Amino acid sequence: MVIAAHTEPTILDMRSITKEFPGVKALDQVSLTVKAGEIHSICGENGAGKSTLMKVLSGVYPFGTYEGDIVFQGEVVRFKDIKQSEAAGIVIIHQELALIPELSITENIFLGNEPGKGGVVNWVEAQRRATELLARVGLDDDPDTAIKNLGVGKQQLVEIAKALNKNVKLLILDEPTAALNENDSQHLLDLILGLKGRGISSIMISHKLNEIEQISDSITIIRDGKSIETLDVKGDGVDEDRIIRGMVGRTLGNRFPERTGEAGEVFFEIRDWNVQHPLTAERMVVKNSSFTVRRGEVVGFAGLMGAGRTELAMSIFGRSYGNFLSGQVFKDGKEIKLRTVSEAIDHGLAYVSEDRKALGLNLLDTIKRSIVSAKLTKISRGAVVNDIEEAQISEQYRKSLRIKTPSVEEGVNKLSGGNQQKVVLAKWMFTDPDLLILDEPTRGIDVGAKAEIYQIIRDLAAQGKGIIMISSELPELLGVSDRIYTIFEGKITNELPVEKADPETLMRSMTSSSQKVAAR
Amino acid sequence: MSAPTSTKPESKGGFDIRDLRNLFGGGGSLKQFGILGALIVIILFFEIWTGGKTLQPANIINIVQQYSYILLLSIGMVMVIIAGHIDLSVGSVAAFTGILVAMAMRDWGIPWWVGIILGLVIGAAIGAWQGFWVAYVGVPAFIVTLAGMLIWRGANQYFGDAATVPVPQDFTVIGKGYLPEVGPGATQVNNLTMLLGILVVLILVGLEIKGRRTRKTMGAAADPLWISIVRVVVLGAVVLVAAYLFASGRVGTSFPVSGIILVLLVVGYSFLTNNTIIGRHIYAVGGNKHAAELSGVNSKRVNFFVMMNMSVLASLAGMIFVARSQASGPQDGVGWELDAIAAVFIGGAAVAGGIGTVAGSIIGGLVMAVLSNGLALQGVGSDLVQIIKGLVLLIAVGIDVYNKTQGRPSLFGIMTRKNTSGSSGGTASDDSTSREVTPGGGTPDTAIPADVQK
Repeated sequence: MVIAAHTEPTILDMRSITKEFPGVKALDQVSLTVKAGEIHSICGENGAGKSTLMKVLSGVYPFGTYEGDIVFQGEVVRFKDIKQSEAAGIVIIHQELALIPELSITENIFLGNEPGKGGVVNWVEAQRRATELLARVGLDDDPDTAIKNLGVGKQQLVEIAKALNKNVKLLILDEPTAALNENDSQHLLDLILGLKGRGISSIMISHKLNEIEQISDSITIIRDGKSIETLDVKGDGVDEDRIIRGMVGRTLGNRFPERTGEAGEVFFEIRDWNVQHPLTAERMVVKNSSFTVRRGEVVGFAGLMGAGRTELAMSIFGRSYGNFLSGQVFKDGKEIKLRTVSEAIDHGLAYVSEDRKALGLNLLDTIKRSIVSAKLTKISRGAVVNDIEEAQISEQYRKSLRIKTPSVEEGVNKLSGGNQQKVVLAKWMFTDPDLLILDEPTRGIDVGAKAEIYQIIRDLAAQGKGIIMISSELPELLGVSDRIYTIFEGKITNELPVEKADPETLMRSMTSSSQKVAAR
Repeated sequence: MSAPTSTKPESKGGFDIRDLRNLFGGGGSLKQFGILGALIVIILFFEIWTGGKTLQPANIINIVQQYSYILLLSIGMVMVIIAGHIDLSVGSVAAFTGILVAMAMRDWGIPWWVGIILGLVIGAAIGAWQGFWVAYVGVPAFIVTLAGMLIWRGANQYFGDAATVPVPQDFTVIGKGYLPEVGPGATQVNNLTMLLGILVVLILVGLEIKGRRTRKTMGAAADPLWISIVRVVVLGAVVLVAAYLFASGRVGTSFPVSGIILVLLVVGYSFLTNNTIIGRHIYAVGGNKHAAELSGVNSKRVNFFVMMNMSVLASLAGMIFVARSQASGPQDGVGWELDAIAAVFIGGAAVAGGIGTVAGSIIGGLVMAVLSNGLALQGVGSDLVQIIKGLVLLIAVGIDVYNKTQGRPSLFGIMTRKNTSGSSGGTASDDSTSREVTPGGGTPDTAIPADVQK
């Protein structure tokens, strides 16, 4: 594929970049050309080499540790560290935001770059410029606000303001919307488009193909450390399927598995569930919520971030979130009490957290120990863990879930996101749950692994387990669930069988409580 | 010792230089191996420098007696540190228990074994008190045990009138006692000690055979046979030589009772940390408390347990010390916490918790012990000894941290690289290295919702 011979000058030309780690060629002759004033997306599965390429570009891997040339604004550049690349106008915003929660917006924007003389900071000047920068990114918060009091979406904007302060010419965004809800994502994408209007070029790495399609001018696809092709979005008529085909090197037939088997009777029910915020007692995070789950059914929960989906799930799972006020849990017709996590596990509940690194896994542990960790009693005699069984069981899960690892004795921190998620799933499958609550089960994992996770979810349902799937991605909810509840501000606002659900209806119920569509 | 026999699965049948790393410890305890190498180097260094005094029977018996209580503390300390805490109070707890037990035996005339039980009960009570504050109130262990350090030191001097209280002769066995002489005297050595050595060798052989069988049942590749044989022969030889040294000392001396207590505890606690549910839970809580709680682990109970356990062991250490010095005094146990903590970190534990082993900590403690002993034998003053010990701690942990941030293998890796560079030209790509350096692939990390993060 040849890039259409446009006349715009190029701002960046990375030529035949090769980066080797001991025993691994992470990048193999990768080339990337970004035109001035365009939004250029880089797509590829996890581990394809996107982040490595950006680290080469931004000087994290200094000149000399890679082969090939980087030409920025017509000159060959040799960055020794991030400072030098930033001085040249290349700013990278990592997915883990580099903001300090306890400091104010102003302090964060000027961190390491404070205006003033002789080590004394001129805060009046800083304040003035911060206000200016915030206006440019469309943030009207007081610049004295501490970062910890801002939502993730606004924090992202502060990061961009910080980049603008550095006189950025090329902005690199690594998964900028991964943690944002749809509203905030849209706002951010609009902002990136706005920056483009002011002549700032952007490189965006994202797994959300619809966003890429929406805002990119060009897309470079990287697979297994090689640049596969560069697509001109407008000229080539690129759509999501086209991108996926490039990323995986094959056409993914149907992204969602078929629904097999019929849902059985209702076996799990929540009635009038009320939960308070753990810190501010007046704030109700879950209000009068009731819902049911059938055997063999995948129940989707749609809602914007902060709507109370995770809070609802965690408060059911052994009251692991918030202050429980009132409500009843019924399982198989009998009322049960789930006061602690271990009671919930004993009653056959499992909760796969949306944040696998912070809440789902002990990253210091090995795969095999992680898999059995939620129900050690199952392979123990007395207090002694049977390590033979442990190895055999984890080996079985490695095979059946196709966890890509040389051995189950490897550390989980060495796995890619998708494989870590499989370990978490294995860990909860091992507890023999009747009801699995999956909170954003495919967040941050690549397309191929997503399809595998969907298949696992449907397989579990086919075995007669009830599944609650919380997701921010509507296509995934529509593709995998049998029935969908929507939540808005802690309340369940709608319930739809999947045949009657479509993105527009769902989005309406997710953004207002006035809708009360009877959909039974 | 019941160290985990984790091995690399891709071990082949033939000679592979990389199998060397599996010789002792194997993949799961890399750092342990590195520090074990350091220990051997230090022993050999002092053996040469002191002109053979280091490994003389009298001296090694002395090392065991003099440092057994620090090593014993490091067992409890490593568990506290794995769980993500610290205990600064151990020296004071030891002293407080020591004085109470000594006074109880003097004033009430209770027999020595009742005294020991009393001491352990006192330790448990103190531990429950400190564990309560750490686990159920949520005061950081640093603060709780800093307070404990003051409280129990003060209590020792308050009850003991800042005076020294002697203990009866039969109590001193746990600190100064030796295995008794039995059997024919014609052997010229302590028969029980030699028997003990032989027993340990048999156990080693048995464990090796069982380990190989276990791996076969698991369907994992066992180490090549020669590795097993070399391992058993080397370890067995070390044990037998050590047993001979202990047995061949001055008549009336042999392997110390405190050493036996220590060995039993090391074996027991290694098993506890590796193979039991509570052991797994300690690592889980230290590695990621939130994830552990969401897996049904009662982290409060775990924290309570490690704090309480530490104080029980501190009490035992205090009693052994009192027994050895035949009296309890107001300055007993000063600075012990620092020695124990140093041993744990030299032994490869992580300050942030989640990482560490009992065996590693014992080896770390032995490094410090041999170092202090060797320097003392050469007449180096205690001022210099402290400086050197401080530097050793700093350098040992420094090398480790540096290697980790550089993505290089830890101490162990450097050692094996040296070992293997001759035959494999130093290019043998240490796979653990490459995997660490390779970027994890741009997996997006999700930010924790501010609310849930609590």
